[in-house]
Amino acid sequence: MSAHTGVLPGFRLTLGYTILYLSLIVLLPVAAVFGKTLELGWGEFVDVVSNPRVLAAYRLSFGAALAAAAIDAVFGLLLAWVLVRYSFPGKRLVDALIDLPFALPTAVAGIALTALYAPNGWLGGWLAGLGLKVAFTPLGILVALVFIGIPFVVRTVQPVLEEFEPEFEEAAASLGACRWQVFRHVILPHVLPAVVTGFALAFARAVGEYGSVIFIAGNLPFVSEIVPLLIIGQLEQYDEAGATAIATVMLVASFALLLVINALQAWAARRGGKEQ
Amino acid sequence: MSIEVRHICKRFGAFTALDDVSLAFPEGELVALLGPSGCGKTTLLRVIAGLEPPDSGQVLFDGEDASGTHVRERRVGFVFQHYALFRHMSVFDNVAFGLRMKPRRERPSEAEIRRRVMALLELVQLDWIADRFPSQLSGGQRQRIALARALAVEPKVLLLDEPFGALDAKVRKELRRWLRRLHDELHVTSIFVTHDQEEALEVADRVVLMHRGRVEQVGTPEAVYHHPATPFVYDFLGSVNRFEGRVEETGLRVGEALLPHEAPFPAGEEVVAFARPFELDIVAAESGQGMPARVARVLVFGASARVELEGEGEPGRRFEVELPRERCAALALSPGQPVRLVPARLRVFAAH
Repeated sequence: MSAHTGVLPGFRLTLGYTILYLSLIVLLPVAAVFGKTLELGWGEFVDVVSNPRVLAAYRLSFGAALAAAAIDAVFGLLLAWVLVRYSFPGKRLVDALIDLPFALPTAVAGIALTALYAPNGWLGGWLAGLGLKVAFTPLGILVALVFIGIPFVVRTVQPVLEEFEPEFEEAAASLGACRWQVFRHVILPHVLPAVVTGFALAFARAVGEYGSVIFIAGNLPFVSEIVPLLIIGQLEQYDEAGATAIATVMLVASFALLLVINALQAWAARRGGKEQ
Repeated sequence: MSIEVRHICKRFGAFTALDDVSLAFPEGELVALLGPSGCGKTTLLRVIAGLEPPDSGQVLFDGEDASGTHVRERRVGFVFQHYALFRHMSVFDNVAFGLRMKPRRERPSEAEIRRRVMALLELVQLDWIADRFPSQLSGGQRQRIALARALAVEPKVLLLDEPFGALDAKVRKELRRWLRRLHDELHVTSIFVTHDQEEALEVADRVVLMHRGRVEQVGTPEAVYHHPATPFVYDFLGSVNRFEGRVEETGLRVGEALLPHEAPFPAGEEVVAFARPFELDIVAAESGQGMPARVARVLVFGASARVELEGEGEPGRRFEVELPRERCAALALSPGQPVRLVPARLRVFAAH
C-alpha cells in the first residue's frame, strides 16, 4: 500500500506507532526475560529448571490449565448455546454474570473460592463429608482456573452461534438427521474453530493466573505449588536469574502451545471453507 | 404422493399468516404458491414440511394425517432460498448427508452411497465439482446441489422455498426451465413458492394465488392469467390498467369518459375494471369514446411497442399500452400528443 495513492490516510504514522508500541510493551519485556536468563550458564539453567520441585510445578500449572480450558470449552459451549437459542426470564442477568470472572479482581475471586471450599466453608464442609477435599489441593486450583476461564469460551462462541441460522438445522432435520446427528455433524463443525479459540484464550489466561489460585492452592511443594509462585519465591531470595530461567521455559512452552492451537484453527477454518 | 391441507390457521402474534387454508395437491404435479411477500405462502410450505406447527388444521399425505409427525419422518425434500448447504462439507458430502444419517440398518454401503451421489450429481449436471466446497460455487450451482441433496433421500414430496429468489435474472430463467425438465423426468409431487408471476406461470402445472393468508384462486397458468377470479389476481399477474367507474346503459362511465362495454352488471353499479396493456387501443382523436390521455413515452423493442401515457388532466395517473410495431408506426405518436384509449376487452368486478 502506498501512502500517496491509498484512500486511507496515515499509513506510515499508524504502522510506525504500531511497531513502536509492540516493541515497548510486548517485545522489550520478553527480551528482558531471555537476557536475564543468559546470565546463567547452560548447566546452571538446566539445574534450575530440572529441579524436581520446579518440574512438579510445571506439570501442575500446564496440566491444570489444560484441564480447566477443556472443561470451559465444553460448558462454555453449552452456556453460549442456551444464551443464543432460548429466551427465558433473567436471560440478560445470566448474560451479564458470564462477564463477572473478567471483572472481578482475581484476589477477590481467590478469597471467595477459598472461603467457599475450605474445610470449614459452606461447600467445603459438605464435600469433606463425601471424602472430597478441594481447597489446598490441585483440585482447588482447577476450580479457580475453570472459574476465571469460562467467559473466554462463552464470549468467543456466542457470536458464531448467533450467525448460525436455524436453516442449517432445518435442512439437516428434513434430510432425516436426529438431534444428536444435527449437533455432531452440522452445529459442532461450524462452532469448533470458535471453541478452539476460546479454549486457547482460557488456557493462556489459566497458565499465568496467580491471584485467584494462590489462596485456594495451599502452595504445598510438589503438590499444589504453581509456577508463578515459584518465580516469586526465587525473586524473594534475590535470585533474579533463577526466576527468569523458570519463566523462560514457561514462555517458550506457552508460545509453542498457542502456535499449535493457531495451526489447528487455520486448518479448521480452511476445512470449513469460510465464505468470503 | 398427494398432499392435502385442511383448514390450516397460523398466527404469529397479532399477524395472521394463514387464515383457514384448504388445498389439494394431486400426485406428480408441479404447483406454484404465488403471492406478494407476507401473503403466507412460505409459512404454508413450512407447515406442509413440518418445520412449522399450525395453530389448527391438518396436513394429509396420501390421505393420511401427518400433522403429528416430525419433519424427519415426513420424507419431504426441502430446498431453501439461501441453499443452506453445509459449508464445512464438500459437495459430495453434502449430497451424501441424508444417506449417511440413516439408521445403521437402512444405511447403504459406502460404495452404494458413492454410486447414488454421483448419479444425482450427474442428474444436476454437476458431477465434475464433487470435491469442491460450497463457497467455491456460483449461486446457481449451489441451488442445484441443494436440490440434489434433497433428492438423495428419495423424498415423496419436493418443497422449494423461493428456489431462484437469490439468483440473477439470467440464471433464474435458465434454472426454472431446467427445474421444469427435471420435474418431467422425475414426476415427484412438487410445490414451490415464488413471488415472481412470470416464474409461476412459466414453470408450474398449476398456480395457487395467495393474498393475506387466504387462497385467492387455484388453476392452470392459462386459467388464472386469462380468467382471474378477483381484482387482486388480475392486478398481481402482470401489468394492468385499472379503471374505477359506474355502469351505464351504453358503457362504463369513468369520470367524464365513456368506455364501450357490455357489462353483466345492472346500470348504476359501482365497479372496478381492468385491461391488460395489449387489450387497449390508441385512437388519435380528441373526442368520442374512450379515456382521454397524453402520450408520455414510446418504447419500441422487438416485435411490439410499449406506450406509456398520462391521464388527461390527471398527470399522476399512468396507463400502459402494448401495440404491434406497425400499428404504432402508423399512429406516429409523439410525446405530449392527446389521444383516446379504447379497451378491446374489459374485465369488470363489483367495487366491493
